Amino acid sequence: MKLEDFELRGTNLKSSDFKTGKVLTTEWEPDLKYAWDDGVAIGRYLAELGKGRIIARTCYKCNRTMLPPRMFCELCFRPTDEWTFVKDTGVIETFSIAKVNWDASRRGPKEPPLLPAVIVIDGASEGMGIMHMLGEVDPKDLKIGMKVKAVWKKAEERTGAITDILYFKPVAAKKKAKKKAAPKTRGKR
Amino acid sequence: MGMRKVAIVGAGITKFVRRAQETGKELSWQASKMALDSCNLTLDDVDMVTLGTAPDAFDGVHMKGEYLSDGAGGIGKPYMRHFVGGGTGVFSPIHGWFHVASGMADICLVVAEEKMSSCHPHPAGAFLTIFDHTTEQPLLPTLMWIFALEMNRYMETYGITKADIAQVSVKNKLNAMDHPSAQVAEKITVEDVLNSETLCWPVNRLDISPASDGAAAIVLVSERVARRLTDKPVWIDGVGHAIDTAYWATRDLSYPRYVETAARQAYEMAGITEPDKEIHIAEPYDPFDYKELHHMEGLMLCPRGQAAQLTADGVTARDGNMPICPSGGALGVGNPIAATGLMKIIEIFLQLRGEAGKRQVPGNPRCGLAQAWGDLMQMGTVVVMRN
Repeated sequence: MKLEDFELRGTNLKSSDFKTGKVLTTEWEPDLKYAWDDGVAIGRYLAELGKGRIIARTCYKCNRTMLPPRMFCELCFRPTDEWTFVKDTGVIETFSIAKVNWDASRRGPKEPPLLPAVIVIDGASEGMGIMHMLGEVDPKDLKIGMKVKAVWKKAEERTGAITDILYFKPVAAKKKAKKKAAPKTRGKR
Repeated sequence: MGMRKVAIVGAGITKFVRRAQETGKELSWQASKMALDSCNLTLDDVDMVTLGTAPDAFDGVHMKGEYLSDGAGGIGKPYMRHFVGGGTGVFSPIHGWFHVASGMADICLVVAEEKMSSCHPHPAGAFLTIFDHTTEQPLLPTLMWIFALEMNRYMETYGITKADIAQVSVKNKLNAMDHPSAQVAEKITVEDVLNSETLCWPVNRLDISPASDGAAAIVLVSERVARRLTDKPVWIDGVGHAIDTAYWATRDLSYPRYVETAARQAYEMAGITEPDKEIHIAEPYDPFDYKELHHMEGLMLCPRGQAAQLTADGVTARDGNMPICPSGGALGVGNPIAATGLMKIIEIFLQLRGEAGKRQVPGNPRCGLAQAWGDLMQMGTVVVMRN
């Protein structure tokens, strides 16, 4: 058989086909709401975000400290063992300079681009990245491998959500910046 | 493994278009009927039917499998829908293969359909809910972000440029000029790709396949039936599929491990030890141009980081040593998600029969491969075929 020997079907519509009534459409705009429960592991994760801290879960068998935290290790297929606080600093694994919104609409000429990134968080196991946004940076200066630090909402504005971190901003690898970054988020429990 | 041999004996496909007048059912029927006609079978001959179609959210139709069942020829028969995101279309023949290889069916009709145009303002919006609802969705991500993030990581790891990657789009859109289903076939240059609108750097508009409506179908049969129907069966000699973690930000974004895992299964079944030498022609999934390169490496068709150089050297051109996406791929023929994967299977089927017309690669290829990938960039599906 050859495709060329068949008359292939499938009729491409033009916008004029709608104006002239060649095609009729029926519309539906769903107005549904979902309320997603946070669960056990993510519940604690969100609660700690509300306190300005990032928490992970460690599996003693594979020794991974996992972000986002999970109550079971999907590789060892056993319960995870310990809550582990990690830092609110990390490294840019990759980033994008996005000029489109979630629904593929374009950002306006005066709207700054969105800067989504994968950030590998210090204190979690190697490669344990989370998706978040970058800020306080000229997109032209962004580089993979940059050190970044979380910029938090004010304590009274936090709600226990991933958006309690506004974005991550680049930090220079200077002594001063290091001192600032250290407290609060350290330590195990 | 005690499995029976399974052959592809017929194929059908619609045109791929931005917005089809036909409903999903009608597109499914058109492709299914053509597939049966192409091997002189009727629906009465068919034992089982499988249908591949991607998110229900495109259509706003709950339980799309049931909705499409009549168009796919499933009424009154064992009928099952499968869905693994963008990996669906190459999972379709795997699903059908299970039925025939196991001895449950002698003739299985495999249909893949997608109608993306019903979703407004753009089907991309339907992808918001594939992200984790608590830890990611509040950041309002779009699917294009994770492609951009992956492409950037891939470029950084191997020192590849946007221009290197743009060659894939140029090649595939040119190949598609010879495909009768093609939606966005055109002769363009690397500069055209680089100068097209930047959507999510490093991704430009011409780095991306379009949203499409379309359907495709194949007929899978047991060896006994194949010998009766045709003297040119194309055998499914290896299948593989594997899923990686949904914590996508924790993966190595520069290398598609899940594709390698799926490919290793398929190669073992097909007795392939040197894929770069034994596979003559391949249709990896190319919804974005860098993905063709990414997938060639995951399929072990070349060393990691080398796929761009092979493209630059013309090795992957239709008349090259290892033609990649001679159909024109998702970038050129179009990307009605599930139907795209099956379009790729059909291309290998036709190429191995020497029936690809103007698209025919030289050198009488004996062994070909199609691959797709999907879900949250974590699902690999691979099929190895021989004539």
